[in-house]
Amino acid sequence: MCLAVPARIVELDGTRATISVEGALREVDVSLIEEPRLGEYVLVHAGFAIHKWDADEVAEWERIRGMAETVPKEVAT
Amino acid sequence: MTWNQLTGRIHELARLVGRDVYLMEVCGTHTMAAFRSGLRQLLPANVHLISGPGCPVCVTDTNYIDAAIELTRRADVTVATFGDLLRVPGSDTSLEQERAVGGDVRIVYSPTDALMLARQHPRRHVVFLGVGFETTAPTVAFNIWTAARDGVSNFHVLCAHKTMPRAMEALLKDQTVRLDGFMCPGHVSVITGLEMYEFIARDYWRPCVVTGFEPADMLEGIAMLLAQIVAGVARVENQYTRSVTREGNRRAQELLAEVFEPCDASWRGLGVIPGSGLAIRPKYAAHDAAVALGVTFRAARVHPGCRCGDVLRGVVQPTQCPLFGKACTPLSPFGPCMVSAEGTCAAHYKYGYRMAA
Repeated sequence: MCLAVPARIVELDGTRATISVEGALREVDVSLIEEPRLGEYVLVHAGFAIHKWDADEVAEWERIRGMAETVPKEVAT
Repeated sequence: MTWNQLTGRIHELARLVGRDVYLMEVCGTHTMAAFRSGLRQLLPANVHLISGPGCPVCVTDTNYIDAAIELTRRADVTVATFGDLLRVPGSDTSLEQERAVGGDVRIVYSPTDALMLARQHPRRHVVFLGVGFETTAPTVAFNIWTAARDGVSNFHVLCAHKTMPRAMEALLKDQTVRLDGFMCPGHVSVITGLEMYEFIARDYWRPCVVTGFEPADMLEGIAMLLAQIVAGVARVENQYTRSVTREGNRRAQELLAEVFEPCDASWRGLGVIPGSGLAIRPKYAAHDAAVALGVTFRAARVHPGCRCGDVLRGVVQPTQCPLFGKACTPLSPFGPCMVSAEGTCAAHYKYGYRMAA
């Protein structure tokens, strides 16, 4: 239940934002984070953005996801 | 670091530990991620991942489900819930079965959707089933606060929110639970920050590592826990630095404090744990379904063979339950751990059981 997914803000209107999760669009509430901006990545849980990632945090996400690319074939299959 | 380097480091640390090590992934989302990714198979034989009480649906008492079912039988009530709760067995029936015979039960994606239903249907009482930990509770608090501000008097919450730290402490006090360290719940910690785990490291000498949910996050978290055990230290560390800060989400914390107050809460498998629940403050009583609609919680019946309680404490594996995979399957679950998408029994059934068979 505590699942939260990273998503990018593609539209912003007051406390409501449209976010994109790998292309799928959804409207969420951004009341729980400070100063959301267009293009930023947020963590979304139950219709609310609960955290905002800065550029370093997005880079950290890419590092972690990149590690999956190094999984040896015999493990991946 | 590559995948091979990381798993190699885990094997080296496990060799240095030189004994069996039991690491609890507290969060149900970690449990499911560990099974789905197959990372359990990569671990050394002496490193054991055990699942904890971090599936909110699983730890919710049967009497809460019974109370929600009773609400669906009232002609002027709509019950709104996350989908996870729908098939959880109550004493005699489930919300899904009640819906099939005409109960007004709606699945919502967010508590905000339930508030919207209340605005759209002012003559009906809309009751949102408030189940979940510190990650979910602020989203419910926000909607109670909004309903009070806007005078949406027909929006209520049947509140069973719980908080993690005292449940983790209860496990440490339980002599039957073998536990060398905690992989702490990442998204709970987004809200709470790191401070709340300090007493576990300080008073109980168990390493705590707040961990993310990608497979590589979890491997890093395991390596950090093992490194602490090898070094003979117990600290609170943060692997999930991209999402978790020391202080947490202050706005969400303020909302929690505004709308809720700590209360004793009953956990399936752990019993009543003082200070481990969240109750709606009297100031918002009009939105507390238990108060506003006079809901009573009665003694519930659970199947005597169901061992969900022991599974939730990490004392037994699901396969040790006599019902698992026979009478109790995802299609006909007896206990909540087989129902929830992140329940330990459901995870074992989906990913582990057939491999072991």
